[in-house]
Amino acid sequence: MKQIPAPFWTLVLGIVVTLVSLWVGQNHNLLPEQASEQAPLVDDLFNVMMTIGTALFIVVQGAIVYSLIRFRQPKGDETDGLPIEGNLPLEAFWTAIPAVIVVGLGLYSVVVFQEMGGFSPGGHHGHGAMVAMAPQQSVIDIAPLVAQAAAADEDIFSKTQVYGFGASPLVQMNQPDVTVNVTGMQFAWIFRYPDTGITDGELHIPVGKDVQLKIEAQDVIHSFWVPQFRLKQDALPGEPGELRFVATREGTYPVVCAELCGSYHGAMRTQVIVHSPKDYADWVASRVAEATPTTTVAQPAETATDAEYLAGIAPDLAKSPVQIAQMTSMSH
Amino acid sequence: MAQADISIKPTELQGGHGHPDKWKWYDYFTFNVDHKVIGIQYLVTSFLFYLVGGFMAVLMRTELATPNSDFLSPELYNAFLTNHGTIMIFLWIVPAAIGGFGNFLIPLMIGARDMAFPKLNAIAFWLNPPAGAVLAASFFLGGGAQSGWTSYPPLSEITANLPQTLWCVALIMVGTSSILGSVNFLVTIWKMRVPSMAWDQMPLFCWAMVATSVLALFATPVLAAAMVLLLFDINFGTSFFKPDAGGNVVVYQHLFWFYSHPAVYLMILPIFGIMSEVIPVHARKPIFGYKAIAYSSLTICLVGLFVWVHHMFTSGTAPWMRIFFTISTLIVAVPTGIKIFSWVATLWGGKIRYTTAMLFAVGLLSMFVFGGLSGVTLGAAPFDIHVHDTYYVVGHFHYVLYGGSVFGIYSGIYHWFPKITGRMLNEPLGKVHFVLTFIGTILTFTPMHNLGMQGMPRRVAMYDPQFAHLNQLVTVGAYILAVSVIPFYFNVIWSWMKGKEAGPNPWNAMTMEWTTDSPPIIENWEVLPVLTHGPYAYGMERSDEVGPAGEPLPASRS
Repeated sequence: MKQIPAPFWTLVLGIVVTLVSLWVGQNHNLLPEQASEQAPLVDDLFNVMMTIGTALFIVVQGAIVYSLIRFRQPKGDETDGLPIEGNLPLEAFWTAIPAVIVVGLGLYSVVVFQEMGGFSPGGHHGHGAMVAMAPQQSVIDIAPLVAQAAAADEDIFSKTQVYGFGASPLVQMNQPDVTVNVTGMQFAWIFRYPDTGITDGELHIPVGKDVQLKIEAQDVIHSFWVPQFRLKQDALPGEPGELRFVATREGTYPVVCAELCGSYHGAMRTQVIVHSPKDYADWVASRVAEATPTTTVAQPAETATDAEYLAGIAPDLAKSPVQIAQMTSMSH
Repeated sequence: MAQADISIKPTELQGGHGHPDKWKWYDYFTFNVDHKVIGIQYLVTSFLFYLVGGFMAVLMRTELATPNSDFLSPELYNAFLTNHGTIMIFLWIVPAAIGGFGNFLIPLMIGARDMAFPKLNAIAFWLNPPAGAVLAASFFLGGGAQSGWTSYPPLSEITANLPQTLWCVALIMVGTSSILGSVNFLVTIWKMRVPSMAWDQMPLFCWAMVATSVLALFATPVLAAAMVLLLFDINFGTSFFKPDAGGNVVVYQHLFWFYSHPAVYLMILPIFGIMSEVIPVHARKPIFGYKAIAYSSLTICLVGLFVWVHHMFTSGTAPWMRIFFTISTLIVAVPTGIKIFSWVATLWGGKIRYTTAMLFAVGLLSMFVFGGLSGVTLGAAPFDIHVHDTYYVVGHFHYVLYGGSVFGIYSGIYHWFPKITGRMLNEPLGKVHFVLTFIGTILTFTPMHNLGMQGMPRRVAMYDPQFAHLNQLVTVGAYILAVSVIPFYFNVIWSWMKGKEAGPNPWNAMTMEWTTDSPPIIENWEVLPVLTHGPYAYGMERSDEVGPAGEPLPASRS
């Protein structure tokens, strides 16, 4: 073994570490399924970081473990180790390599960010328009909040800076196929379709179509997140946000509130249902056909109780936070 | 890098105040101005708060053993998560690492008899216990603040107003303490080093404290401003952050994170200093790349002030900011990497002693590599947007803060306990402590990364049942961590009373604090020390003789 020069072993180790890192980078299975056009872009970036990270992890941890074994104190030897204080070329090398890596990753991130539409959220610059901020309240107060939000929608999205992800540069000039106004409130998401007047507690969208979400919060900060889309945007009171994406896979995926928004924050969950175009058209038609005053925005607050209203517009939503809130109020 | 020998003129005792040689136990409960007493006061109180914050964490993990909210009420859960974070950051890591080690060690390391402003130093400490009391009172006056340690408005303005006000008051108090302490450290290091100690002959812990203090002075006032404005919004009808009255919720986030991201460096820079002291002593080698480590602390301090917006990539962040702050955040990895590589190089070719202090230092190194790499992924905006506010972030920052800062504090305690108390800690018990901590940390915080990427948000008392199994694993890990502190606290208490006598320099270390008694006498030395070598001259030929008064010794090497 001793006849084999050190550079050879370094080369072999380098090849092994590279192969292992490349394999780990492609086969970690840490991320959920991809269901939007943005998801593969994000995953590719993560895979690259995972590959580089694995290589660095193996090299540094390997050096630590090797040192601990190889350079442990010999029994009875109270003398010191080698007085090596520095090595300028080595220090320059391990400063330059990480610098090149992080600058490279930074540039790659910018490219991905641009392809995701990060540079082109909709809306206009202007003076901030504010919505009414509700005092802390339970989800039972949802109806008047929806009514207020509907009235304020147009003003908000036409006047203020919009944050988030807009259309990617390729489709920037196109109008979205579907626009949904998303309102976060304690502790529910309300989805309104301005073109059809549908209001729902779940998000329904067609697969393969350009979808624009206009995101707002009614009371406190919430955060709209669909893990399978790799997209997240905070819903800020008075500061509209936008997400524009194309869902690429039919299915039902969770919509999660990622920002602490109060006691039942963990229960603020609903789902996004990605339909085939035909199913989506059927869903829209059925909702329009069955439209009653309870499915419109402005009227139900006057005629229905809060619970009836909410049960009508968001049947699945009513399963968790509403019941929890009611049980809590009954117990007091 | 050359570390010239240090040689200074012997100086007669400058105190002469008729103090006793040692403090009595009750002196530690008074407004004592001795930096060593204050350092111990900081350490002991912060270790008490560590138990309180840890107890909250155990209760939270018990709640999270099942998907439903069936152990704590959601309000109480939110109060625990808010105060767990607040206590662990503001009353445990920061006061232990900066206040505790900084106060005890800095004057001893630079050959001073005390800090520059002893009374200011005592005031800085005595702001901490009342802050803790105010936080404790907030639980009895409205159930505790419930809007997270970030306390974003509007939630913080409409939830539990009185406890939230008390929370703001507590943070203003600890923030003031931090500012006072930072001024003191900077002036002390700048003006009170022994005359012949050049900047590049200081121990690296001192460099770390310089960087920490500068950072705290820039960042902490901004947090205090945010707290005052929030307090006014809650109590006095102002509308700085109220969107329905012309305020802006994003402004608070900028103010908060302008401090709170640098706070991560406030917590880790002193620990980097501790690492740079512990590793050379127990590896018996000079620190590799002294100047690189010193300057990288300053670089982290500088760049660390320009990365706060990466906490706001999903919030109200303009596109150009996402780009700028992606790059600046990623760049922090470079000086951090320099330190890690330098410590590994210090191990290389050494004669490593497997002391508990060294085990925790190497454990930190190992944890920090993992936490640092996951930090790089969080700097990249497109990926950060997916995992922001998820358990991935919780896993990452606990790797850095528990695997980093807490391991560092433990390492420092095992290393300097003989100097602080005059007695050795029990090594076998220390190794049990290390093994439990190491396993517990990995088991607790590694699965969190998977949870976050798969879709579990943070700060939830109830979660999707698909995440139950990994959460149970995390909870088991948290229980192991809880058990791990038992041998440590027992060891400290027992050893402080009955441990083996340490002598002045049980590790045969070379920095100046080891030249005095253990524990050091009041005013540190009867005659100020004469040093004949640099702080890390292990394995080097050196002269230990004292030269004639006033004449520096000839350098044994250049």
